[in-house]
Amino acid sequence: MSVPVLAVEQLSVSLAGRPVLREISFTIEPGEFTGLIGSNGAGKTTLLRAILGLRSRASTSSGQVLLDGRPRARRNPLIGYVPQRVTLDPDVPLRARDLVALGLDGHRPGFALPSRRRHAQVQEMLEAVGGGAFADARVGELSGGEQQRVLLAHALLGRPRLLLLDEPLAGLDLRSVGEVVALIARVAAEHRLAVLISAHEINPLMPVMDRILYLAGGRAVHGTVEEVVRGDVLTGLYGHPVDVLHVHGRVLVVAEVGGGTGPAAAPAGVEVLS
Amino acid sequence: MTATGALVASGFFSSPAVGTALVIGAAVALVSGPLGVFTVIRGQSFAGEALGDIGMSGGSGAYLAGVGPLWGFLVAGVAAAALMELLGVQRRRGRDLATGVVLGSGLGLAALFLYLNSTEHGADVTMTVLFGSLFTVDRSTLPLVLVLALLVLLALGAIARPLLLASTSPELAAARGVPVALVGAAYLVALSLSVALCAITIGSILSTALLVGPAAASLRLARRPGRAMAVAAALGVAATWLGVLLAYDSYDWPPHHRGWPVSFFVVALVLVEYMLCGLIGGRRRAPHPAPDTAPPAALGG
Amino acid sequence: MFSGFMVDTWLAGILVALLAGAVGFFVVLRGSTFVAHALPNGSFAGAAGAALLGVSTFVGLAVFAVLGALSIAGLGRRGRHDAVTALVLVLMLALGALFIVLGAQYAPAVDALLFGELLGVSAAQLGPTVVITAVCLLALVLLYRPLLLSTVLPDSAQARGVGAGVVELCFLLVVALATAMTVPVVGTLLVFSLMVGAPAAARAVCDRPGRALALSIAIALTAVSAAIAGSYETDYPVGFFVGTVSAGCYVLGRLVGTRRRRVDHGAAEPAAA
Repeated sequence: MSVPVLAVEQLSVSLAGRPVLREISFTIEPGEFTGLIGSNGAGKTTLLRAILGLRSRASTSSGQVLLDGRPRARRNPLIGYVPQRVTLDPDVPLRARDLVALGLDGHRPGFALPSRRRHAQVQEMLEAVGGGAFADARVGELSGGEQQRVLLAHALLGRPRLLLLDEPLAGLDLRSVGEVVALIARVAAEHRLAVLISAHEINPLMPVMDRILYLAGGRAVHGTVEEVVRGDVLTGLYGHPVDVLHVHGRVLVVAEVGGGTGPAAAPAGVEVLS
Repeated sequence: MTATGALVASGFFSSPAVGTALVIGAAVALVSGPLGVFTVIRGQSFAGEALGDIGMSGGSGAYLAGVGPLWGFLVAGVAAAALMELLGVQRRRGRDLATGVVLGSGLGLAALFLYLNSTEHGADVTMTVLFGSLFTVDRSTLPLVLVLALLVLLALGAIARPLLLASTSPELAAARGVPVALVGAAYLVALSLSVALCAITIGSILSTALLVGPAAASLRLARRPGRAMAVAAALGVAATWLGVLLAYDSYDWPPHHRGWPVSFFVVALVLVEYMLCGLIGGRRRAPHPAPDTAPPAALGG
Repeated sequence: MFSGFMVDTWLAGILVALLAGAVGFFVVLRGSTFVAHALPNGSFAGAAGAALLGVSTFVGLAVFAVLGALSIAGLGRRGRHDAVTALVLVLMLALGALFIVLGAQYAPAVDALLFGELLGVSAAQLGPTVVITAVCLLALVLLYRPLLLSTVLPDSAQARGVGAGVVELCFLLVVALATAMTVPVVGTLLVFSLMVGAPAAARAVCDRPGRALALSIAIALTAVSAAIAGSYETDYPVGFFVGTVSAGCYVLGRLVGTRRRRVDHGAAEPAAA
């Protein structure tokens, strides 16, 4: 029985007094691809940050996060983190190549002495993510999709065993979404990485997910897609009636809204949850 | 000694210099308070500061040219306002850097003028230009000050409503036929006039305090712009008059017969006013709602 | 121009330019222009206060700059845009004015504090200047990578064990000391211009951080050298030259940068998603 790369036990997080995550527990096995699905504001970023050990001032948390069976330390070389976006001015003098290179040794003091080996490693990783073309462009001038690749290369250079990606697909056009998902899956397979990727839509990740962690109301359900994405399971999670529809090979999770009686009733309709 | 006598040093009410100072201070405060409210609402405090710094070269240049400093502040201020309008200072990106560096050249120019003035006229006016000298303002400036103040007030009265709309919602204003660009330009001119007036009162480098301070303080008390403008004017007058009083009294404080600068008192009082307004206003306001971690399951994908 | 007391002046000028150019690179990178405005204001009050007390202005500059840096470190992001902060900064200037008036400072001394002077760093102060500059430069060298990482990817940096708070504090202290070193030569009002103008110009031209840093230092050296030479020849204040040359370099840098970018990227500019 292998040790899970990540084990989250009874994790609860409150932000400024309001509970955001309630007793979340799940594990990720080495090499497993897990999708973290939830609507905006469901707490996906909070969960990722909690795993990374990033605390904001107003947050309190309880529970445990174990990496490779051991409690989380201040430095976690095991985890590669790909944030959603880098808000960089095009004026900032940092090329894609430089940002990626920081993934290698950015945490060490001093300058990096120019070395052929270092350059080769950075070049190789850039090409692996399909970023060779814009390696010398400024990070602030890259498009969203291009930035994702650079951030991915940056995270991979740290030789992680678990890759955390915070909504990498948000704001990308349809074609880029497919490309990025394929890229992440390929890279994860090549480097034998476990992946935890957050998104608010299930469908782009369906082809590559091993398991899904579905977040709603501060609670989560963990399992394979067949186990989790079911009407009865999600109704239990949300606490109100939820249907799972299969339309043209895609999954739609919908909830009924409004439609009560009385003067204050909202108009009846259907809302797509993910 | 009566209570008044203890607070107010002798000769206060009979001194002509004090009289001039009080009138100028009041006129400037009545103008910069309301204008400051708009400045804060439009988030253009930096523009006020920039105009003040550039005004420095105008003021020192005026001394060099043998003209009254107010003219110098005016010309420099209006020119700078025009330049800012041309360059479209509204754009955010790199604005801080660009403004700051360009201002540096303005400050350098001021340094040059001050130096040239001291070599040619043998007088060092650095302190006067930068920090003001309300008690030694030439009486002949008074009519000009009053005229300018009146002009700004009239202009403000004319454009107040469209300006408010354009400041809070430019698209809506444009849709209603408000000439947003024109109103914005008029505002900048009024601002530069007001900054020049503040510069005469408490110095170019401190002028932002009188422009933005009372306004920021008033906005902590009053939500409606009309009321905020009135409060800001009142706070400004209070700060300047009390500042004049304290500065006059300070001639008797150590070190004797030197007197503390008026501008110091005014700035300090403005800060105190702001903190007091914050305390009062804070108690009235409802407690801050917790940051929005959205309730579960409501939003679409 | 290169003999007698001017040797000290040139030496001090070179050190100051080195430091200002290097520190300024990071100030601009982190978008800490607020800091570059705030610390000279505090320094002004400190120097004037020191003169009033009969203490070395050097000490007054350094103490108030460091206190300012610590206050800013404790302030947090939101406090920087607060009206109170803005008013306190202006109050620092007003305090300086008060101290000057109370101490009956000589007019030339006031001008020197505001706009710099050739003899800004005396022979006696040269020793401490060299030491402090060396320490600051060493600190910057050590902080180079962690500072870059925590500026650009703060979460990633933290996950890798780079404490954002510690890095920020060390950096602020370096900026404070650099400000204190720079003021005697270029004056409190022109510190911003030198510290920000040179790197702003450099980064418009260079894409790589290392090269931008080097160019920033080079531009700062140019500005200070021009200022010293110009001030020596014309007797005009040092600050005048610093202000105009910095602004000129900035405009030039932006022009070069814009033209370069138009040539390089042509029509295929990807839109940010």
